[in-house]
Amino acid sequence: MTIPSTTSLAVADVVRERRVRPGFARTTIERLGTVGCIAAGVLLVIALAATFAPIVAPYDPDFPDLLASLSGPSPAHLLGADALGRDILSRLIWGARITLAGPGLVILIATVVGVLLALLAAWRGGRVDTAISWLLDVLFAVPGIVFGLIAVAIWGPSLATVVGGLAIAYVPYVARVVRGAALRERNMPYVSAAWLQGHSGTGITFTQILPNVQPIVVAQAVSSLGFAVIDLAAVSFLGLGVQPPTADLGLMVKSGFDSVLRGQPIEAIAAGSLIVVIVWCVTIIGDRLTSSARSIR
Amino acid sequence: MSLGPYLLRRFGGLLLVLLVTSFLVFGLLYLAPGSPLAFILGPRGGTPEQIAAVTEQYHLNDPFFVRYAAWLGDILRGDLGYSIVYRQDVSALISSRVGTTLALVSLAAIIISVVGIAVGTFAALRGGWSDQLTSTLAAIGLSTPSFVIGVALISVFAVGLGWFPTFGSGTGGVDTLWHLTLPALALSVASAAYLARITRAAVLEESGREHVQTATVRGLATGHIVRHHVLRNSLIPIVTVLGLTIATLIAGAVVVENVFALDGLGSLLVRAILQRDFAVVQAVILVLVVAFVVVNAIVDFLYTFIDPRIALGSRQ
Amino acid sequence: MTERTELTERPERTDRPRTEPLLRLDDVRATLQLRGSEQVLLNGVSFTIEAGEALGLVGESGSGKSLTTRAITRMLDPGFRVSGEITFDGASVLGMNAAQLRRYRVGDVGMIFQDPRAHVNPVHTVGDFLTEALVHTKGVRREEAEHRAVVLLDEVGVRNAEQRLRQYPHELSGGLLQRVMIASVLLAEPRLILADEPTTALDVTAQSDVMAILDEQRRARGLALLFITHDLELAAACCDRLAVMYAGEIVEQGTHVYDAPTHPYTVELMGARPSIDERHDRLPVLRYNRETHEMLKAQA
Repeated sequence: MTIPSTTSLAVADVVRERRVRPGFARTTIERLGTVGCIAAGVLLVIALAATFAPIVAPYDPDFPDLLASLSGPSPAHLLGADALGRDILSRLIWGARITLAGPGLVILIATVVGVLLALLAAWRGGRVDTAISWLLDVLFAVPGIVFGLIAVAIWGPSLATVVGGLAIAYVPYVARVVRGAALRERNMPYVSAAWLQGHSGTGITFTQILPNVQPIVVAQAVSSLGFAVIDLAAVSFLGLGVQPPTADLGLMVKSGFDSVLRGQPIEAIAAGSLIVVIVWCVTIIGDRLTSSARSIR
Repeated sequence: MSLGPYLLRRFGGLLLVLLVTSFLVFGLLYLAPGSPLAFILGPRGGTPEQIAAVTEQYHLNDPFFVRYAAWLGDILRGDLGYSIVYRQDVSALISSRVGTTLALVSLAAIIISVVGIAVGTFAALRGGWSDQLTSTLAAIGLSTPSFVIGVALISVFAVGLGWFPTFGSGTGGVDTLWHLTLPALALSVASAAYLARITRAAVLEESGREHVQTATVRGLATGHIVRHHVLRNSLIPIVTVLGLTIATLIAGAVVVENVFALDGLGSLLVRAILQRDFAVVQAVILVLVVAFVVVNAIVDFLYTFIDPRIALGSRQ
Repeated sequence: MTERTELTERPERTDRPRTEPLLRLDDVRATLQLRGSEQVLLNGVSFTIEAGEALGLVGESGSGKSLTTRAITRMLDPGFRVSGEITFDGASVLGMNAAQLRRYRVGDVGMIFQDPRAHVNPVHTVGDFLTEALVHTKGVRREEAEHRAVVLLDEVGVRNAEQRLRQYPHELSGGLLQRVMIASVLLAEPRLILADEPTTALDVTAQSDVMAILDEQRRARGLALLFITHDLELAAACCDRLAVMYAGEIVEQGTHVYDAPTHPYTVELMGARPSIDERHDRLPVLRYNRETHEMLKAQA
């Protein structure tokens, strides 16, 4: 590692290393590529519909129209009604809310905690790094969904419990990748330049290193989001997450499964497909962001 | 590093991780709201005999670390506690169910290895639209939760066509295989898709290596080159992913066993959680974590046989 | 593996008079479509190599030397379009079908690559590498193949040959590994060896040893050699004739090249060699460039 000897050189180094980014929208579109943009578009439509569920959904998701119970598609119920006569389309739209918001929260918490741990480990190094890496290894030793189940075993079945448990499970996935990237940045000349100029460790970490690892953080968060959607839906499917009568896609597959055995597969197909579409979109976007984050290096 | 010290160090590390996880699993009880006694007995309350039994099992009259040591000692002696719900020893509950889970995971692992490696290699070597098609299918497979596939498989092949049984794990032998086929498929899809992806990337990378040119220019047959040079050298990423996958299958079995109502560890765990049968929850989680850690350790050990350049213990 | 039996047969050798050289390249062009435009990478390369003769092919990086060896072994990427004629012992290489091509690669040409570290599969033992071709293309039994490998390793100056067979490539030095590569080529008993800068990746002391062994073994066996290098002196020392390449063309070839070059590029190339006897303030820079090259061609 070379440490620039004069301040002017150091400044030049810092300026050069700060990656100037042209307009946010344009670079994002470039990074996503055609397929990624389609996936983002689909996801946006689903997210908007879910956000404005009260306006968009044709029915109250909990309103039972017992006469329509297990009916197929009709003008009144575009996707038919479930065993209790509730409108499937409306429940899908409301269900997408939880299916997006729950994992979103999981990843948000895991990312904030993971990034803080990773930056701390990368900047302090030595024993702090060893301790944090070891903690992450231990967390890794437990499969993700088991954390959700453990949380439920202690605090009882509920969405909040599962979100909390899964958030812990996803911390090492974010932290490991970010720690590696932050370590590489830490050894860059621009960091030593900033150090020589008298910036504090915390300052450098947040104003220099964090912006430079940001693409990796975002890519890793989005990639993990797909798995979180699957895990959370699975826990709900098991009856340990979101509790009925709340509309949730995992729960809908569960109740739709009973309807399948009674000859009406629409609810299970619709809810299952929506989960697949959401996860597929998220995964595609995650893949694109990951490869573009790598190619920046 | 030679084999003896390596195994010793590796084993030591393994024990340390297990010790920590066992402590965490033990500590779970104290994260729960209310007193441990009230938590374990739950809203059912309990007879004086039950209270005495729980107090003894968790050594509740002793200080915290003594409790942990005593609990750990019990486990090491094979005493995993007593299930209040089943009125049975937990070790008996687990040993009667571990076979189903093991069979399910093994069958799934075989499907994943065969399908994943074959499809990934095919996609990489054929290229063109067969590559496009398999990549698209892999992306969809990767995005589909196992329970959705399980429900779809039951709907089509069990309920619709009647080819396979809907529920249960069969009476042993071929019958068990027949009962476990759909569950194993449901468990395999996502992992097989992932393995296919990794294999494709690895095979593509290895095919471009210089030593493959050497083999080609020596006039070796394409099949020989693919097997002995391309696939052989792709084994590191393939085995890594396969090991990781098998380890997560153990957790994935929890979901699939519930879809297909299989009498394995996973369905035991879910029922135990719902019924607040805490001794069972602790024991099953401990078993899952141990299996996960051990599989990872085995994979690490395998590396040294796959690639002579990796010295024992150098890959942390 | 069904083709194994037919591979053991040597292609029949016609008893035509020795007018036909072992290898003949006639106006070979290789082009590549790159971002819409056609890049000409070999532009009318012609030369011949007689049986037992050594030809040195010299030129700067990117002049097309390696591409020429790849064209001779039909190892160019599928994106390349190759035209012209390449004949080996009278048979058209470009016209060979898959089986003929394999037979040609198995028994007629052997290739020594620049970087043995990259060109020998790291996960198999040295013994596997040496015997692989014999066992799988010529149907030689493994014990017999290992015996031959030991004998040959000995001949190319690798000591403890028996023990070396059990070792992995990363346990051998670069020079040793390159000898293994040479041995592997000699084991196949080819008639022509293509050596693509076989010493460039080695350290200086290993270079001369390896080159000496290659030269000695080639002469002893009467094999033809196409030796690619940018070391003019080395090429002149161990080759019967030299050919100089520039921009995908052979600008000058013959026995005179080293002592009395006539082409301006060759002349400059000779002049640019640093020498221990003379002191330069700065090393001479080649003035010859693409423009000069095109101008000269236009004049001719």
